[in-house]
Amino acid sequence: MKKNIILAGVGGQGILSIAAVIDLAAIRSGYTIKQAEVHGMSQRGGAVQSHLRISDGTIHSDLIPQGDAHLVLAVEPMEALRYLPWLSPDGMIVTSVDPFKNIPDYPEEERIVAAIRDAGAHLLVEASSLAAETGSPRTANMIMLGAASPWTGLGQEQLEDGIRELFGRKGEAIVDMNIRAFRKGRSIPEKSGS
Amino acid sequence: MNHNLLLGAEAIGAAALDAGISGVYAYPGTPSTEITEFIQRAPEAGENTVRSAWSANEKTALEAALGMSFAGKRSLCCMKHVGLNVAADAFINAAITGVNGGLVVAVADDPSMHSSQNEQDSRVYGKFAMIPVLEPASQQELYDTVIDAFSLSENLGLPVLLRLTTRLSHSRAGVVRRAGREQNRLQPERDPRRFVLIPSNARLQYQKLLDMQPELAKRSESSPLNRIVGGTGKTGVIAFGIAFNYVMETLESRGLSLPVLKIGQYPLPEKMLRSFIDNCENVLVAEEGYPVAEEYLRGLSGNPKLRGRLDGTLPRTGELNADLIAEALGLERKTGARVPEVVANRPPELCRGCGHRDMFDAINAAMSEQSNHQVFSDIGCYTLGALQPFNAIHTCVDMGAAVTMAKGAADAGMLPAVAVIGDSTFTHSGITGLLDAVNDRNALTIIIADNDTTAMTGGQESSATGRLHNICEGVGVSRRHIHTLVPLKKNFEKNRDVLREAFAHDGVSVVIFHRECIETAARKRRTTGRQKQENGKS
Repeated sequence: MKKNIILAGVGGQGILSIAAVIDLAAIRSGYTIKQAEVHGMSQRGGAVQSHLRISDGTIHSDLIPQGDAHLVLAVEPMEALRYLPWLSPDGMIVTSVDPFKNIPDYPEEERIVAAIRDAGAHLLVEASSLAAETGSPRTANMIMLGAASPWTGLGQEQLEDGIRELFGRKGEAIVDMNIRAFRKGRSIPEKSGS
Repeated sequence: MNHNLLLGAEAIGAAALDAGISGVYAYPGTPSTEITEFIQRAPEAGENTVRSAWSANEKTALEAALGMSFAGKRSLCCMKHVGLNVAADAFINAAITGVNGGLVVAVADDPSMHSSQNEQDSRVYGKFAMIPVLEPASQQELYDTVIDAFSLSENLGLPVLLRLTTRLSHSRAGVVRRAGREQNRLQPERDPRRFVLIPSNARLQYQKLLDMQPELAKRSESSPLNRIVGGTGKTGVIAFGIAFNYVMETLESRGLSLPVLKIGQYPLPEKMLRSFIDNCENVLVAEEGYPVAEEYLRGLSGNPKLRGRLDGTLPRTGELNADLIAEALGLERKTGARVPEVVANRPPELCRGCGHRDMFDAINAAMSEQSNHQVFSDIGCYTLGALQPFNAIHTCVDMGAAVTMAKGAADAGMLPAVAVIGDSTFTHSGITGLLDAVNDRNALTIIIADNDTTAMTGGQESSATGRLHNICEGVGVSRRHIHTLVPLKKNFEKNRDVLREAFAHDGVSVVIFHRECIETAARKRRTTGRQKQENGKS
């Protein structure tokens, strides 16, 4: 088992909570992980990414070599495209369609979606509207994790345990809400037959 | 086995606790901050009373760590690479005095300058100070090395430099911890003369340090951090620190087997290196940072076998990765699709609602009335005021330089001479510069962007929260010329007018723009909200 995942987003969007759930699920399943993340200046609204590697053997590099990522999981559509050089030709892009516009020259959304369609296998997720349905816009990241979960190499149960472990100290209600969001996301690829 | 999921930085903190430190001393700086934060949060640090609050700057931190060592206890001092410039005086001289309790200086370099103004290589400082430098490659090795580093330090009676780079510091992996050691008991230095570096003592101490060098070299030759990793072939790779990971990644993924000499302890193990190079026809030198060892190995006459950063086989600047190593070994570089043209750059920016935004609006308005528009500034979130849409500041050099550069420009006749500096940066290195300006009676306006925190590194405590006015007054700025303003949209006109008044004053003015960082405020609200919820339940 070997999975290379690039998590992409904008500083402040909270991609590290997605990373933390996958980390916990992987390590509790007995896998080795390495997960490189961005701290510092870029966290202030800049492009951020995390390289997450899961393996049943030794992982040498903390960074994923180019062309070796099995999955790009993006919480912002333009940010998904930024990491195409890392995506393997048979890799998968799972991205939110919600743009985060904090720059004056943000491109037209249709052009971004077209570029994602051109890039290969992909799943576009209406994360914010689905999150609103679960009761909190802050669950968008767990919607995204759920939608991407079939490509993480980890089981639903392990990932849900990861959510319980990560959000546990925030109380039952928060855990339940995030599990609901995860399941809602998880049902998207099942429905679409991806 | 109990795997703790730790950042490299956190693994250092865990190891230092398990090695029985009595204190950690540090000033926040990316990518080193999480070392100290781990210790501050660790429950065992509370039980064992490990001292862990933030220091005013890296120099005060290292001196305090040396004092704790003098008293016989183990101490850890952490900083980012440029922090070692600030602490250099203490660092070099601590090598001359030597230490009593174990002292490890953990310095995190930032090749590729993800969050820094240069990519200086701290190994040069280690060689300069003539002390052992340790450079592990993985999180577990980092943990094990730090534990051993405290023993090494006590054994040799020298401080030990631990060097790591951004990727190792900010990457998580499972780490197995060992049983913790007891702290040392209070046992002040028995030969305090070695700490009195008057010339007659210093000469003896320096000679002692020189005499120890063969012992240091011997330890490098037998260190578990320096070893040859299997493989055959005419081309060999010498891989330093984290570069080892990228080399092994490349060899494994491409099904290659080459001899690799992994180096993680300095001074360089010369015998080991000589025999490795002799047995190869070509040698790639892979270092994360400056080509420090490559330059040394090539020497003046050069060695035609060697490849590396100096001949362009690897790029001269920036961090390494497996893609660059593959290319350097003559392998085809793999890559996915190109980034589509539609993708725009997304540089960092000041948060929406940040008080610095309102401060810069006022500064820009006040400066627009002046003939000189240049503003000196410093290092922190407010450095983002150099970018669109503000373009409000025109320098960022080193911690505290806003004040002193503005002072020098005032001496040269620049009017108005204006400095913008954060509260934490001001207490780090701005106060002494302000004293210079007061003594010289400069016409100077120091604007302190006071958000009650060290924001850029994630909101650590700022050392003089609530006391900036008194500090400035104590340094000698007249009370009438110290203004405290609140950077809010509704105060725009008043704030601009106060700045105008300060610029017109023929002496030192201090204008404090005070409003809490919105990130810190939001975090506080979340914490109190959660506490209320929990209290409500019970």
